[in-house]
Amino acid sequence: MKIENIHKVLVLGSGALKIGEAGEFDYSGSQALKALREEGVSTVLINPNIATVQTSEGVADKIYFLPVSPYFVEKVIQKEQPDGILLSFGGQTALNCGVELYKEGILEKYGVQVLGTPIQAIIDTEDRELFVERLNEIDVKTIKSEACETIEAAREAAARLGYPVILRAAYALGGLGSGFCDNEEQLNRLAEKAFSFSPQVLVEKSLKGWKEIEYEVVRDRYDNCITVCNMENFDPLGIHTGESIVIAPSQTLTNSEYHKLRALAIKIIRHIGIVGECNVQYAFDPESEDYRVIEVNARLSRSSALASKATGYPLAFVAAKLGMGYGLFELNNSVTKTTSAFFEPALDYVVCKIPRWDLNKFRGVDRELGSSMKSVGEVMAIGRTFEEAIQKGLRMIGQGMHGFAANKALQIEDIDRSLAAPTDKRVFVVAEALKQGYSIERIHELTKIDLWFLQKLENIFITEKELKRVGGLNNVDADLMRKAKRQGFSDFQIARATGLMAEGMDSDEAVLQVRQYRKWLGVLPVVKQIDTLAAEYPALTNYLYLTYSGVSGDVDYKGDKRSIVVLGSGAYRIGSSVEFDWCGVQALNTIRENGFRSVMINYNPETVSTDYDMCDRLYFDELTFERVMDILELENPHGVIVSTGGQIPNNLALKLDQQHMPILGTTAQSIDNAEDRDKFSAMLDRIGVDQPEWSALTSLEDIHTFVEKVGYPVLVRPSYVLSGAAMNVCSNDEELNRFLSLAANVSQKHPVVVSKFMLNTKEVEMDAVARNGEIIAYAISEHVEFAGVHSGDATIMFPAQKLYVETVRRIKKISGQIARELKISGPFNIQYLARDNEIKVIECNLRASRSFPFVSKVLKINLIDIATRIMLGLPVEKPSKSCFDFDYVGVKASQFSFNRLQNTDPRLGVDMASTGEVGCLGEDANSALLKSMLSVGQRVPEHNVLISAGDPKHKTMLLNAARQLVNKGYKVYATRGTSKFLTESGVENTRVWLPSELAEERPVNLDIPMALDMLHNKEIDLVISIPRDIVTDEKHNGYRVRRASIDLNIPLITNPRLAAAFVNAFCTVPLDSLDITAWDEY
Amino acid sequence: MTQLSMRKVTLRLSDGTCFHGTSFGYEQPVAGEVVFNTAMMGYPESLTDPSYAGQLMALTYPLVGNYGVPAFSMEADGLATFMESDRIYASAIIVSDYSERYSHWNAHESLAEWLKREHIPGITGIDTRALTKCLREHGVMMGQIIFDDEPDNLPEATYEGVNFVDEVSCKEVITYRQEGLENPKKVVLLDCGVKHNIIRCLVRRGVEVIRVPWDYDFNQLEFDGLFLSNGPGDPNTCDIAVQHIRKFIEAEMPKQESRPLMGICMGNQLLGKAAGATVYKLKYGHRSHNQPVRMVGTERCFITTQNHGYAVDTETLMPGWEPYFVNMNDGSNEGIRHTSKPWFSAQFHPEACAGPVDTEFLFDDFIALLK
Repeated sequence: MKIENIHKVLVLGSGALKIGEAGEFDYSGSQALKALREEGVSTVLINPNIATVQTSEGVADKIYFLPVSPYFVEKVIQKEQPDGILLSFGGQTALNCGVELYKEGILEKYGVQVLGTPIQAIIDTEDRELFVERLNEIDVKTIKSEACETIEAAREAAARLGYPVILRAAYALGGLGSGFCDNEEQLNRLAEKAFSFSPQVLVEKSLKGWKEIEYEVVRDRYDNCITVCNMENFDPLGIHTGESIVIAPSQTLTNSEYHKLRALAIKIIRHIGIVGECNVQYAFDPESEDYRVIEVNARLSRSSALASKATGYPLAFVAAKLGMGYGLFELNNSVTKTTSAFFEPALDYVVCKIPRWDLNKFRGVDRELGSSMKSVGEVMAIGRTFEEAIQKGLRMIGQGMHGFAANKALQIEDIDRSLAAPTDKRVFVVAEALKQGYSIERIHELTKIDLWFLQKLENIFITEKELKRVGGLNNVDADLMRKAKRQGFSDFQIARATGLMAEGMDSDEAVLQVRQYRKWLGVLPVVKQIDTLAAEYPALTNYLYLTYSGVSGDVDYKGDKRSIVVLGSGAYRIGSSVEFDWCGVQALNTIRENGFRSVMINYNPETVSTDYDMCDRLYFDELTFERVMDILELENPHGVIVSTGGQIPNNLALKLDQQHMPILGTTAQSIDNAEDRDKFSAMLDRIGVDQPEWSALTSLEDIHTFVEKVGYPVLVRPSYVLSGAAMNVCSNDEELNRFLSLAANVSQKHPVVVSKFMLNTKEVEMDAVARNGEIIAYAISEHVEFAGVHSGDATIMFPAQKLYVETVRRIKKISGQIARELKISGPFNIQYLARDNEIKVIECNLRASRSFPFVSKVLKINLIDIATRIMLGLPVEKPSKSCFDFDYVGVKASQFSFNRLQNTDPRLGVDMASTGEVGCLGEDANSALLKSMLSVGQRVPEHNVLISAGDPKHKTMLLNAARQLVNKGYKVYATRGTSKFLTESGVENTRVWLPSELAEERPVNLDIPMALDMLHNKEIDLVISIPRDIVTDEKHNGYRVRRASIDLNIPLITNPRLAAAFVNAFCTVPLDSLDITAWDEY
Repeated sequence: MTQLSMRKVTLRLSDGTCFHGTSFGYEQPVAGEVVFNTAMMGYPESLTDPSYAGQLMALTYPLVGNYGVPAFSMEADGLATFMESDRIYASAIIVSDYSERYSHWNAHESLAEWLKREHIPGITGIDTRALTKCLREHGVMMGQIIFDDEPDNLPEATYEGVNFVDEVSCKEVITYRQEGLENPKKVVLLDCGVKHNIIRCLVRRGVEVIRVPWDYDFNQLEFDGLFLSNGPGDPNTCDIAVQHIRKFIEAEMPKQESRPLMGICMGNQLLGKAAGATVYKLKYGHRSHNQPVRMVGTERCFITTQNHGYAVDTETLMPGWEPYFVNMNDGSNEGIRHTSKPWFSAQFHPEACAGPVDTEFLFDDFIALLK
């Protein structure tokens, strides 16, 4: 029964997306809010992540875009007076915040009841020592581990346990600050870092090579328990589960093993007293039934989101209901609607989760996978064979691979080593090893991946060889074709394996040929439902996937032309993340509201768009041309929307159009005209719109001639990338030559686009929606940083605060011209450079951009709703001019995850590096900026600030900030040049040594403190370290200071404009004067 | 690497629906009642469960054979180490994606090798989801596995009305007890096709188990408690057993301290019949590891293993009897008990194997009642 007297509930979100804490918490928070609403409970949400679905209108009653920290949460509690609080739906951020609120007595003070799992149970699972103690009480084995509070203690513990050991920081999300140590030297290094995140470090005996198995367990307050799903890691213990390929359900466990671990999980959850959902991770001996519990997460997690999507069981929804006091027996299975929520899903398919890494974006990053997470997103593939699921998944991660087979050869120097020390390429290294004749037994020895998985991968490899052997596509008979398709081969793979491409055929052409031939053979996929009960009961769900292992589908297509198919955004990656999920969900809502059948194709388990009840039909499947065509041919829709899912659907527009698929909104031809640099540029010239000088060049000679004409610096974008970053800024001949020789293959076929790189220029964004070329609604926002910082990393103010009226007028005019010229119908975004009223167009995307949710929410006008209505041909009203005039400011700030990316230089450049963002509102620009900077992990410094800037221009930009700091009573420390400059400008400061200066300067003045020492001693509260330019690698001074700041968890800012703005904000706006205002109150 | 036999086969249902696949087990046509099981693991246990006698078992989970099959070894007391009886009882196994190769430290052979050894057909490449939907809509049907290259070799079988219990029950009395026990309590186990884990669960709790054939009149024996086992087929063919149970009940009823009785699955149905109830055939039965049951009148719920095609109609129970457990999905009966006597039974399998072990406490309850 429902708990009485809970009328208003506060839900804590997880803030910006970061490595280890990503979109899954938008899903869990949204479901929780939905569950509470159903109960008639009033909901209050705190989450600064403005791009999420949960912070949209109608999801929660009150939304606060504020940092999820005890200070702000207390303020909101004070104001809202909630009866209850949910802590387990916002990841580690919310959980940690909740524990602090509890320990500080704030929850008690305001009489706020923690719903669901009691706080003590949370503390029991989070504190390692307590956790082990609790499990010892019920004779459950944990990994032998010793909690240490000093480095000496850690060293002694490791010596006792024997190397290798694993080191973990307590209370840290996603394994932050943890790692393996083979010897004391490694331990020293890691321990120092771990202690900077947590006062307690755990030293454990390493069980490398054991299987890793997880169970998702649910318990109600009547002590009824179920395990919703179990999962097995493809990668053995030693690789963080967030970095592992994960299979659900487990594949290599016998009945006795499965149920031994299941029974243990239930025993644990009962003993700890979870009410709601929790995750139990095991290490499992591959040679016996011995086990260890690795950890218990007393909250919704990445794994629970995956389990929820993999089974169709709405874990977060149910957990929220249990928090409200219900028993499982009182709830219905929301998929079948007729059976009970107290059951364990039976799967009749296999699910494969594969992480997506973006390590290419980070210079110098350590690529080895280990016990700490680096991946930025994930995909979930569904199949009825393991081969089908994993091949789908390997395509879905979108890293240029076509599956397990028929990929371009990988250059691997030492296969043995690459197998033993896995990197983000690990599966493809296995493929290469097979190609080179390694036996699966040998691969198993080196990788410890279970032989069963390797056998299945070898099946794919064998089928590829068979396809190669038959001598051409026409010799592939129906049996072989069916076998290949059942093993997840795409038409592309079949085309390549049968040699179609080798004959010089264009790949698109070859794929179509395979498709045609395959259909002629009668080899077609069928659509199956995910129904939680393996077809035992009829299900009302339309949660679907396609497979070739089947003879009949589960969906009755009516051919009524009522379907509108929205293409989703795929795996979260740097540059495409929750914001496109928001766009997709908004489009689905509008489609549904207007009486159409909403259909989504997406495969990202971290999203809300893949939730079971967000649309009328969800295809949890690939966004490849082949699969989208399969679905469109079945759906025979009224139209397809390609403009709300970011670049993946955008890239499909032309190909789908060529197959006469009904693309809604802006035509595919126009999309191509904007995407194709040549065509777009010619168009701008034609309509008289300025752009930075650029050229597509096919020889080194031409490049140099061009650069001579426009001058350095230039931005170089190769169309065919050999390795490393995709584009770079070069400031001189040497850099240009080096970059071209290392990263780009310049040829007739692969031109390099070189453009003039503008410095000290403002960047302005136009997000807008047009109808038949006429702009209906728009938002003009401004970057705080100067051009040169990727727009996805920039801090953005909306409305623009410091643009000339003239500039704004021109931008509107030019945008109008472009919209007309391209006959835009739907969402689009144009990026501008602006200096002294001079406007240049950098880029134009005829799709929703990353900033659409941000500007929509600040404007309180849903741009996607308008765009979707336009695409559906429905009438829209042009918002009145007054809508664009409001007296508050929104600031979007970026979240970086450099702390996860060992060794990389934590600075910004032309390649995007941020993993997430927040958007906060304020009465003025300073308060909005301050709120958003605090939301992405910056802190208002207490005493000491270190400033280091090489470039004189940067020094000047920071002068005023330094002065403000001193006036505010801060102590400013500065490196040699900066110190000299500040002193000369009359700003009091203390000089510090940079690492290399000690060697350079004689005599050594020992009164001058060492920058690194001060960082290690935690004597600095904020580091402002500006790289000299955005190109040169600084291996010593700047890099080491920045890296140390990140590793020691000291706030760091590397952009002078942002640093100045932040300093100005916290020097002029005291923390307690920040307004605590809900979104709807602005 | 073993080479999969590529002989093509057809599964033909009695309504004419056909599914095409290939054979990986023993190559011989076979017929039987086609049933589906939604469990995701535990094929060695399921195949050796005597309750599957006469049935072609289709697994909805597509990947089967992954962890091979453990050695079919027997313990000193005559119970199988890893299996649920002395041999495979299902007539055939039907899967979607048989894993030719396997990986497990405890595996002794592949599923294919085992099936061939025990002369049991196995077929793969079948869309078992589509098959399941077929059975769900039409109810269980008879089916034939036919080898495409021997179209005239048509197997025959009947299921309804056949006394499968008689085929699988032991033929003589067998006793089991832990060594060194002095004067253990004696439990008569009426063997209608008992799974070895029921015996293990009892022996482990320190009682002597006297396993008797299904039609044996145990009332002549001296014992402290009666246990009715699971078994295959139609309970309406086991009237002799029902009479013996009724005799026990009638004899115990007037006693101040009646001897306890517990039943499982077929045992629940036989007890139900002895308590006057009728037993009816379910449309397609419950065969899975995820069946939710609720203890009637409480907030206690359990996930259970089930394998049955018949259910007790509790409306027809004599006075003095009441439902003990109820299925939370379809409301069917999952156990009955006497309102004042220590007699109860479960339609599900508290001994699990395969499946969740959440209801094993029922054995403790039974043992605690032994006086």
